[in-house]
Amino acid sequence: MGALRRLAPDEQVSLLFLILFGALALVSVVTALWSLRDREGKADDTWKTYLRDLRAVWIGTVLFWLAWISGPVGSTVFFGLFSFLALREFITLMYTRRSDHRTLILAFFVVLPLQYAIVATRHFDLFTVFIPVYVFFAVPVVSALAGDPERFLERNAKIQWGIVVCVYGLSHAPALLLLEFPRYEGRGAFLLFFLVAVAGIAQVVQELASRWLRRRPLARQISRSFSWRAWFIGAFVAAWVGAALYWITPFKAGQALVMAFIAAGAGTMGEFVMKALKRDAGVHHWGNRSSVTGAVGLLDRVAPLCFAAPVFFHSVRWYFKL
Amino acid sequence: MSRADLMGLLLSFIARLITGAQGHWKGCPPTARQRIYFANHQSHLDWVLIWAALPKDLRTTTRPIAARDYWTATPFKHWITREVFNAVYVARQRTDDQDPLEPLAEALRHGDSLVIFPEGTRSNKGEPQPFKSGLFHLAEQFPDVELVPAWIDNVQRVMPKGEVVPVPILCTVTFGAPIRLEAGEDKRDFLDRARDAVIAQRPRGA
Repeated sequence: MGALRRLAPDEQVSLLFLILFGALALVSVVTALWSLRDREGKADDTWKTYLRDLRAVWIGTVLFWLAWISGPVGSTVFFGLFSFLALREFITLMYTRRSDHRTLILAFFVVLPLQYAIVATRHFDLFTVFIPVYVFFAVPVVSALAGDPERFLERNAKIQWGIVVCVYGLSHAPALLLLEFPRYEGRGAFLLFFLVAVAGIAQVVQELASRWLRRRPLARQISRSFSWRAWFIGAFVAAWVGAALYWITPFKAGQALVMAFIAAGAGTMGEFVMKALKRDAGVHHWGNRSSVTGAVGLLDRVAPLCFAAPVFFHSVRWYFKL
Repeated sequence: MSRADLMGLLLSFIARLITGAQGHWKGCPPTARQRIYFANHQSHLDWVLIWAALPKDLRTTTRPIAARDYWTATPFKHWITREVFNAVYVARQRTDDQDPLEPLAEALRHGDSLVIFPEGTRSNKGEPQPFKSGLFHLAEQFPDVELVPAWIDNVQRVMPKGEVVPVPILCTVTFGAPIRLEAGEDKRDFLDRARDAVIAQRPRGA
């Protein structure tokens, strides 16, 4: 540990990526060897889902690395693009009318770039209120100016939701990269990694726990696997993993435990909420399975992050008075 | 790489960024056979969408139809339709001594594929309007050319009539199985069958 601490921040971050890519490469090699074996179950859905998820983790890690090496501007551009694609997917599956056209243009081409410009320039106070206050007000004004009262509240609510989840929520990821902790300069990547790691672990553990427990689902219409106990086990395990990772964060072990619990719990809850939204829109995956659109299922991947990132970010910022 | 190639790359990149421009080849593979693609027509973007959904090597030999008076009016319009899209120009006003389909037949004789919108005009009522007879005459003259129906979905939400800026919404182009003109088939029957083939490609739930 001592030797690690003496490394420059840059070297520590490089080491983090080296370990990440190493672990992924190892998993991929094992997967490749496994797939050589003649197995009957290979064509089944679990295997396909596993391969899909492995590919998604690879893509995510590479993007994370690219975001990091390209600096503050690069990382905001990267996450901005993510936001754009996620919002595109979200809006595609929502009911919008012709009269929403101008409002949607506002969301895609004004709100989204502005929010990310505010992140890149580290104006975190404005960043916090820009969408909840100013955009919340501007969207219905532009909609009302279009002069179509039909299902007005519903249409606006959908667009507001899309903006908050896909733009506001996701923009907290680069904000974590850029947040300046005293005596923690240049290590923002660890904070984002911490968040993604605990949120991901909570998701996996919750899934496994729900299969193992076989509890009666809390809301069968929305999710067949969600139960309080599974949720708690997921967040609890993630909290301990977070505590074990405290040395890569600016937190003490106890703080890391609590922060990880908050982030992980918010992430899995967020995923649950997204499931409800999907049911409402009449799709199982956001992806292209239902053949409604040409979506790649990006929203499925980023949904936990969209909810976990703002909660985590603001908890950190408030607690440490940054 | 010429300026026209760069422009083509830029346009297909924008089309993909805004709409995804996903091609679903359900009824036939995207091969270099000579074809007439015929599709529903809801927006100005329809052609760009089909074009961006085609594999890159098919784009150069697949040509749109452009109204001569409109698309040669300014140097830029002329350049983009001629150099980038390699459009086939047709006259909108019918003159007595000339067959309006002659430029299309010329392109087909040359071995190119075409994209046509047989409704003749944009419709935004959901269901395509009855097809004009051009498709029938081309099918009669060129029995060896595959007739591929295609449905372009969601594009009317991207850019409704009268708007200039497109909204990013995912669109798909679904290509169906080729149809052919049966021996002795009546013109109206064939055109209705072609229209049904296009509607059949519409994704479920849309």
